[in-house]
Amino acid sequence: MKGSYILMESLRAEGVDTIFGYPGGTIIPVFDALYDYLDKFNYTLMRHEQGVVHAAQGYARASGKPGVCIVTSGPGATNVITGIGDAMIDSTPLIVITGQVGTSALGTDAFQEIDMVGITQPISKWAYQIRSANEISIALARAFYIATTGRPGPVVLDFTKNAQVENAEFFHKKCTYYRGYIPSPDINQRQIETAAEIINNAKKPLAIVGQGVVLGHAEDELLKFLTKADIPAASTLLGLSAMPSDFRLNKGFVGMYGNMAPNIKTNECDVLIAIGMRFDDRVTGNVNTYAKQAKIVHLDIDISEIDKNIKSTAKILGNAKETIPALTEKINSAQHKEWVDSFSVYEDTEYKKVIQRELNSQDGKINMGEVVRKVSDATNHNAILVTDVGQNQMAAVRYFQYKQTRSVITSGGLGTMGFGLPAAIGAKIGMPNRTVCMFAGDGGFQMTIQELGTILQSQIGVKMILLNNNYLGMVRQLQELFYNERYSSTLMVNPNFNQIADAYQIRNRHVTHHEELDEAIQDMLSDDKPYLLVVDVEEYGLIYPMTPAGETITNILMPKG
Amino acid sequence: MEKKLYTVTIFSENHVGLLNQISNVFTRRGLNIETLSVSPSALEGIHKFTVTTESDSDTIEKVVKQIDKRVDIIKSFFNTDEELVYQEIALYKVATDQFLRLGSIEELIRKYNIRILEITENCVVLEKTGHYDETQGLFNELSEKLTILQFIRSGRIAINKSKIERLSDMLDKIESKRNLE
Repeated sequence: MKGSYILMESLRAEGVDTIFGYPGGTIIPVFDALYDYLDKFNYTLMRHEQGVVHAAQGYARASGKPGVCIVTSGPGATNVITGIGDAMIDSTPLIVITGQVGTSALGTDAFQEIDMVGITQPISKWAYQIRSANEISIALARAFYIATTGRPGPVVLDFTKNAQVENAEFFHKKCTYYRGYIPSPDINQRQIETAAEIINNAKKPLAIVGQGVVLGHAEDELLKFLTKADIPAASTLLGLSAMPSDFRLNKGFVGMYGNMAPNIKTNECDVLIAIGMRFDDRVTGNVNTYAKQAKIVHLDIDISEIDKNIKSTAKILGNAKETIPALTEKINSAQHKEWVDSFSVYEDTEYKKVIQRELNSQDGKINMGEVVRKVSDATNHNAILVTDVGQNQMAAVRYFQYKQTRSVITSGGLGTMGFGLPAAIGAKIGMPNRTVCMFAGDGGFQMTIQELGTILQSQIGVKMILLNNNYLGMVRQLQELFYNERYSSTLMVNPNFNQIADAYQIRNRHVTHHEELDEAIQDMLSDDKPYLLVVDVEEYGLIYPMTPAGETITNILMPKG
Repeated sequence: MEKKLYTVTIFSENHVGLLNQISNVFTRRGLNIETLSVSPSALEGIHKFTVTTESDSDTIEKVVKQIDKRVDIIKSFFNTDEELVYQEIALYKVATDQFLRLGSIEELIRKYNIRILEITENCVVLEKTGHYDETQGLFNELSEKLTILQFIRSGRIAINKSKIERLSDMLDKIESKRNLE
């Protein structure tokens, strides 16, 4: 069998049904084989390789299955680099197949040759060059094993042209072992007992929930754990939606633009239980003043995260699916009523000073938060939220509400502008029965706006909400607060986005007044077709509360007045 | 935090690009690789890297964990000098006529435990093994007395003194667990 066909068969054998791609010279044999498999794969041609990789990320994050990308060598390969880095830092399983020149031309600066393995080794979980057709079956099985097990991540397979056209035998043997790679450490009972004792002695425990819970499918286990010992909990950006918004012990979102209560309580709790999170600097602020009073119990599948940013008092290694119930078994039922209730004073302050104002604008201008909340309400909080990066992202995750897990898809660690639109396309393809609402600003939207062409061609029913303030809003906010309102390089003269949508035959609407908002949202959600809702929002809007980068997490800026 | 010299030992698969994967982790943390030695280990198909670097204890621990996390790396650990028996090898090329004019060759050989590898009309090649200070000591003394035409020192190789699990035992354990599954 030809190498390119072995690839197709290997993908099928691994259960792949969806592929995102963009063809080019060195990968033509693979696309030629794909032509015979179009009835077996749901293939989507994107408009740029960056779109390919972000769509695969959105697909993986929404569905829980690895995202598969196929692109060509050289520029096609370098265009997926941002997405590979993004997937690495956000633990997203991807199989990125890049074309490569034939092995005889390697190292000669051949046309569209780039050292993809060398470039991606530092930013991928595994990068491997397939040099002969004989290696394809094994490399693919290994790639899926590595990408999807343990802490997931992107795997790069650099597929030389000769390997695509040579003949070899196809065989499939699922990979379950790779020497030296321990995806998930065994549960250690002593670690569980030590941690349980610390938690049992806690008077003021606080849990911080990261994406590890979602990746481990441990949402139910988490709720049982928190409920048993009455532990208030807050989420990191990527942990959002692991707990329903209305769960009694859910105290919101931690970090730089997070909720006041859990940020302040971080420095008041006596035990901080970090579950599948990595103490990112956007969560901790200044690490030297972070939760110094507390004992830290850190649960993670990745040993290199333990003590990386914050020293732990006790650690539990392993998959959250197993470690959380093991811990739950050893902890005592407890009540922390006074402690849990003590959050409400800060919740009330934040509501009065920030949330209420954001949702009920007095001066006629529309705020980002109110648009987000109205969309969330109109979808009965069941939609998948996809965001771009910046103010739109922080407004979206703060004001959207969640009933189901895997409902937030956002570029967390890397903060990639342009992520939103292609990721939303991937999310909708991964979960066609769920409504996908994508929020973007005018800046990020234009970074990957070409993907409207994908929406046109493949009729992907993504609901796009463009929060247009004609600024690169997040940078403008920082310039307003810390750079004497010197708006260097942040003002944007924008095109008529509705005309652009018209050109792509996408239903659209432009909202400039509050009164039109509800009806426009209803119109947007009236079918399952693509829609662009352009909302002119307050140009000088600010996201609060805010802890400036590097500050103590409790040094929270609030709006004036 | 106080910096000192650490020796990092890494066992890896014998694939293309392993050195790149390892050096990337040092690069990200801004650590200079002082010495590097790579060779096949006692176990077939497994390569061993010995790297020395100046670091504080906190950073080196994180670096080693991050190296160990790479899927192609089988095992990685670090040690201080006190925990190791270690050695470097150095070669010195000097002009034969200058060398003969030294006069105290026997004394020099005894003092530094030198081996003479080659003597030609033109040059003499000396070999000295030992710690850095020792190979450097000979270099310094020779430089005072004559012109060293060429000098090369290897990276450090090291063996652990403490009772740690042997890599082969560790691999056996992984293998047997795998067979149970």
